[in-house]
Amino acid sequence: MTSELDIFVGNTTLIDEDVYRLWLDGYSGLWGTVCGCRFGGAVVLDGRAGRARMSDAVALRVRSGILEQTGATAAVLQSDTMDHYRTFQMLERLLHAPPKLLHQLIFQIPPSRQALLIERYYAFDEAFVREVLGKKLSKGTKKDLDDISTKTGITLKSCRRQFDNFKRVFKVVEEMRGSLVDNIQQHFLLSDRLARDYAAIVFFANNRFETGKKKLQYLSFGDFAFCAELMIQNWTLGAVGEAPTDPDPQADDMDMDLDKEFLQDLKELKVLVADKDLLDLHKSLVCTALRGKLGVFSEMEANFKNLSRGLVNVAAKLTHNKDVRDLFVDLVEKFVEPCRSDHWPLNDVRLFLNQYSASVHSLDGFRHQALWDRYMGTLRGCLLRLCHD
Amino acid sequence: MPGKLKVKIVAGRHLPVMDRASDLTDAFVEVKFGNTTFKTDVYLKSLNPQWNSEWFKFEVDDEDLQDEPLQITVLDHDTYSANDAIGKVYIDIDPLLYSEAATVISGWFPIYDTIHGIRGEINVVVKVDLFNDLNRFRQSSCGVKFFCTTSIPKCYRAVIIHGFVEELVVNEDPEYQWIDRIRTPRASNEARQRLISLMSGELQRKIGLKVLEMRGNAVVGYLQCFDLEGESGLVVRAIGTACTLDKLSSPAAFLPACNSPSKEMKEIPFNEDPNPNTHSSGPSTPLKNQTYSFSPSKSYSRQSSSSDTDLSLTPKTGMGSGSAGKEGGPFKALLRQQTQSALEQRGGSPHRFCRRREFPFFTLTAFPPGFLVHVGGVVSARSVKLLDRIHNPAFVGIMGNTRSYKLLDWNSFNSDEPETRDAWWAEIRQEIKSHAKALGCHAVVGYSESTSICEEVCILSASGTAAVLNPRFLQDGTVEGCLEQRLEENLPAGCGFCHIPYDELNMPFPAHLTYCYNCRKQKVPDVLFTTIDLPMDAAVIGKGCLIQARLCRLKKKAQAEANATAISNLLPFMEYEVHTQLMNKLKLKGMNALFGLRIQISVGENMLMGLASATGVYLAALPTPGGIQIAGKTPNDGSYEQHISHMQKKINDTIAKNKELYEINPPEISEEIIGSPIPEPRQRSRLLRSQSESSDEVTELDLSHGKKDAFVLEIDDTDAMEDVHSLLTDVPPPSGFYSCNTEIMPGINNWTSEIQMFTSVRVIRLSSLNLTNQALNKNFNDLCENLLKSLYFKLRSMIPCCLCHVNFTVSLPEDELIQVTVTAVAITFDKNQALQTTKTHAEKSLQRASTDNEELLQFPLELCSDALPSHPFPPAKEHLESASSNSGIPAAQRATSVDYSSFADRCSSWIELIKLKAQTIRRGSIKTTVTVEKASPVGEGNFRNRSSPPCANSTVGVVKMTPLSFIPGAKITKYLGIINMFFIRETTSLREEGGVSGFLHAFIAEVFAMVRAHVAALGGNAVVSYIMKQCVFMENPNKNQAQCLINVSGDAVVFVRESELEVVSTQQPAANCQPSCTGGEVTT
Repeated sequence: MTSELDIFVGNTTLIDEDVYRLWLDGYSGLWGTVCGCRFGGAVVLDGRAGRARMSDAVALRVRSGILEQTGATAAVLQSDTMDHYRTFQMLERLLHAPPKLLHQLIFQIPPSRQALLIERYYAFDEAFVREVLGKKLSKGTKKDLDDISTKTGITLKSCRRQFDNFKRVFKVVEEMRGSLVDNIQQHFLLSDRLARDYAAIVFFANNRFETGKKKLQYLSFGDFAFCAELMIQNWTLGAVGEAPTDPDPQADDMDMDLDKEFLQDLKELKVLVADKDLLDLHKSLVCTALRGKLGVFSEMEANFKNLSRGLVNVAAKLTHNKDVRDLFVDLVEKFVEPCRSDHWPLNDVRLFLNQYSASVHSLDGFRHQALWDRYMGTLRGCLLRLCHD
Repeated sequence: MPGKLKVKIVAGRHLPVMDRASDLTDAFVEVKFGNTTFKTDVYLKSLNPQWNSEWFKFEVDDEDLQDEPLQITVLDHDTYSANDAIGKVYIDIDPLLYSEAATVISGWFPIYDTIHGIRGEINVVVKVDLFNDLNRFRQSSCGVKFFCTTSIPKCYRAVIIHGFVEELVVNEDPEYQWIDRIRTPRASNEARQRLISLMSGELQRKIGLKVLEMRGNAVVGYLQCFDLEGESGLVVRAIGTACTLDKLSSPAAFLPACNSPSKEMKEIPFNEDPNPNTHSSGPSTPLKNQTYSFSPSKSYSRQSSSSDTDLSLTPKTGMGSGSAGKEGGPFKALLRQQTQSALEQRGGSPHRFCRRREFPFFTLTAFPPGFLVHVGGVVSARSVKLLDRIHNPAFVGIMGNTRSYKLLDWNSFNSDEPETRDAWWAEIRQEIKSHAKALGCHAVVGYSESTSICEEVCILSASGTAAVLNPRFLQDGTVEGCLEQRLEENLPAGCGFCHIPYDELNMPFPAHLTYCYNCRKQKVPDVLFTTIDLPMDAAVIGKGCLIQARLCRLKKKAQAEANATAISNLLPFMEYEVHTQLMNKLKLKGMNALFGLRIQISVGENMLMGLASATGVYLAALPTPGGIQIAGKTPNDGSYEQHISHMQKKINDTIAKNKELYEINPPEISEEIIGSPIPEPRQRSRLLRSQSESSDEVTELDLSHGKKDAFVLEIDDTDAMEDVHSLLTDVPPPSGFYSCNTEIMPGINNWTSEIQMFTSVRVIRLSSLNLTNQALNKNFNDLCENLLKSLYFKLRSMIPCCLCHVNFTVSLPEDELIQVTVTAVAITFDKNQALQTTKTHAEKSLQRASTDNEELLQFPLELCSDALPSHPFPPAKEHLESASSNSGIPAAQRATSVDYSSFADRCSSWIELIKLKAQTIRRGSIKTTVTVEKASPVGEGNFRNRSSPPCANSTVGVVKMTPLSFIPGAKITKYLGIINMFFIRETTSLREEGGVSGFLHAFIAEVFAMVRAHVAALGGNAVVSYIMKQCVFMENPNKNQAQCLINVSGDAVVFVRESELEVVSTQQPAANCQPSCTGGEVTT
């Protein structure tokens, strides 16, 4: 006796969260492995194989102790898993455009469940996102997913899903005007938190920030996302208040690209380190204000010019795409690492950066106060976040 | 021009990409009704076109309005080649034709293609302006309401229940061989869908006409089925119960409707046959007329031809004949006769050839209080027929013309095809009627019909529950007063329906009678089998449970007649064993009655399968069932005896466990109270297995189970052993789960509002080697048990819950394939209140019943609304002839129709056989109560308002679906019309769609979606009495192809949560009429 066909369809679509997780994590039901054979071989044979073999997903469910809790048999579990997997597979098409899931008529799913389906589908693994953050979401990268899968221990299927999600979101919002987070939320119905993460991913992918270098490995996705948010808020075209009222048809995407003009202007900051008087004055202002307040005052005093040069040079270089990509590498090299080697406590970093930014306002010869604030305000936040072990 | 149909195409969304180059679609829409077609403009390059068309107007006959579906086709415009079809939507506009149902159909409909499934959605608005047409010769029956619900619909009151209506239409199947075909699969599927849509429209219209003739205004318990007979064609048939219903909110119509029958009633004695001896219907009939006979139909025969009108089988079988009045009392006889005469009078009709009136059948399964008096038992009949292609020139060259099939309708054309099918059914019904008579009953309730077809062999089955109906509802003559008095005293609530309707001295079968354990006055059988729902006020102890008997029998492959013979020979054995199994399992559960019994026998190439499902309960009025005794064949063998005693112990343990599980604790009744004045023909009933040849060996064993009778299972061979084992393998549901196949679970009455309707399908392939009956039985048993286990597992989050209306369908699509389809609904209930005793429940329901009675359910049967001459029952023996002579069919044709029933003799002989063999079983009889609660199984007062939070924020309105006639925790405020949909889905890329499971899973999900969309467009938020009547699945994996046909039906309704009732009731009308173009939002 072999089971040829075995289905269960409810008027309200049943969603088992645990099975959904297994599916998202890429564990095969009968579907993945044995049905692979089904496509090639005779149906009867495959039916038998399916019974005899337990799929990964079922094995995992068995391990969770569900059989003991419910008194079910493995066959029941297999059948249940297959039903859910089929449902998820049919839902997947809709999940690619979440608003469709809301409007579709085929599956009657309560709204709370719909939200759960979407949110979980678009959730990603920290380990995975760190691997692809800042990379071009292209076919080339997709080919590397094998390696990523091996490296991270995340199934290839799951890697593909996450990668495709990134790419899909990227494609949809790429050409759109307006707030990146809002666009993502509107088109993918994600929670605020997840939409912000996606904004960061999209932003990084668009600007191709390098995040994979060894010296950046200590940074988490959260660190980058934090920086991305600050940069989106301050350094992009969309960040400039007047932009929406003055829609320039040729303008770059509002939130995804850095404000080119701004980057160009950043060259002007060079004077802060190029003009020796200005640099000295800046240093003395900072040192006066911080004397006695900083645990690492002497180190700071000794390093001031280096640090300042580093920060200003980073700004000046941002006109080149290549240097934009290396922004985080440079920041870590020029600022974070020196601080770390001198064992600056985080609080001292904060005091220093605050004073360092503020003191510029007292430099009479410096005319680009606004530009400086726009640059340093964001950078200060980023650097503070980047300074950890 | 009695109707103007107006259609507006608003918009589409989620259309598929039809132009690969642009990834877009240039869509337009064709709107077709009858032979008229309109088109919208092409909306270029969009997957979400906004057509916003003008109103397309069709001026049509109301006949067409009833028959034709509105056909909407979405196409992709192509400048250079033919336009590609994206998909279609068929909209049944029938609901717009009732005055009080939906006023507009408006909403998003899935665009369906038989090859690709659902491809986007389209927003359509449909309206109908109907002009009144007083033409009495009209062919349409607009305005007759149809309900699938097998009880009086919730917001109506039955003024008159007229009785049985049936009709069938036949046509050539546009595609009887789906693999060989000339046209594209899509074209033939669409032709088929359209044809069936047309045929069901026509069928409904014709039934409607019959109802109008009977002066009714509604059909309740409407059941329409398709027989896909392959080469010999396509039969669409329907049965139902004609009623005059009155909307509860409008009490005006009540009085006149009630008066007219009574007025006419008085005239009847004068119109009737003057023979005073046999005439029993008039008020003048003396109470103690000893000459009453069981078959008084002679008195009404004057209209029929000279043929003998005594139709009962009594002379043949010796059952139930003779005077009934000797001891049980003239009262009973009178009751019976009045009932019968009433029913027969209803047969009176202006059309001599209207044969339908002759059957006092009711498709209802739940009744207004007082309708049922006694229940006799299950009656069923089966017949094996050979399908034969009908050579009818009318078929030639007419395909494609959607109207021409009407020529084949038996009313209007001389085709003998439907005549044959009609005759077949008439024969079966006749059989049922005579069985009912044998049980001392004159009506059959809970009646249903079904077929199973394999190649050219067809098994027709009908079953129902013989019952005596209350004459109080039949007439209001002078007798009523005293009758009523007697009724009141004789039929205490909760047990009256259990009392035997037949004469205890002339029992139709050996049964073990005792005095009713409830009232101690009347006799009751020891076991009761019925096809109806448990009456609401029935006194039940403990809870009920689903009981199934499953059976397979191998059969040799054979052709035509030989095949039919083989099947005919096997059937009685199957029936017998199914009943034995049921009886054993019932006893194992410690219960004494079955409700909702449904026995399905399916035929395949090389086997027959029997599946019986019912809900077992312990009726307080019936005696405690005895245990099961096992008897060994070789009592001298020590180890064998040990084994036997071990088994016996296991059985006893199981019974004890089940009693605990289902909370069956009947009060102990001392011997004296019960008394035993009835001469007991046997102290214990013994059931011998059919295979066992030696009955004498057991006689010496002391089998008595205390004072109760015991059931004996004789273990005489390995077969028997297997059977006993299989008895014990049925595992009870996990704790927190209950299951039943009736509307409600006896013993649970505190439903909460969460419901989940589902369909589950399984197909297994048997290993073809060495198939034996045992192996088959085991496979089949495992299949069903595993299926149930899976359901329990899947629905575990709903615990505590009950699976209600569990409906198993088994079919044998191919040689070694068994397909089981289950549809049921899981309903949660409140555990804390679950322990509420049945007593308080009964009291409650009684209370309710008494208040409800007055307003709800005063409906006399229509005995006499036509004062025309009544039509007699044609005699059983000659019913064919009399039937055909009645209908004025030439003799030549009569001859052919007899030919078609060439197996009639055999059938009747095996039916006799069954009767003899299964007598022990049939004792399952029935009962009726005087105060039955209103059909709703759930007292509203018991609902807990634990309604789920409204699904805010969703753009798609939630539509609930349930096979039950009610929605827990909610009140149905409006019936919007019947949903009856037929879909075909086919694929030529089976593997790519996920194999057979993926294919069918998607299709069923799509069917649900289309049902929901239609309901939402009508302004409804639920489908009740939903049923999947057909799910025919065929696959050809080698060709990577599969095809599936699904037919579903139900009643679209608007319901309001009781918690919201007060608030919403005022807004309700407004909410309904508002077409929500944005997506059919509905309050839930």
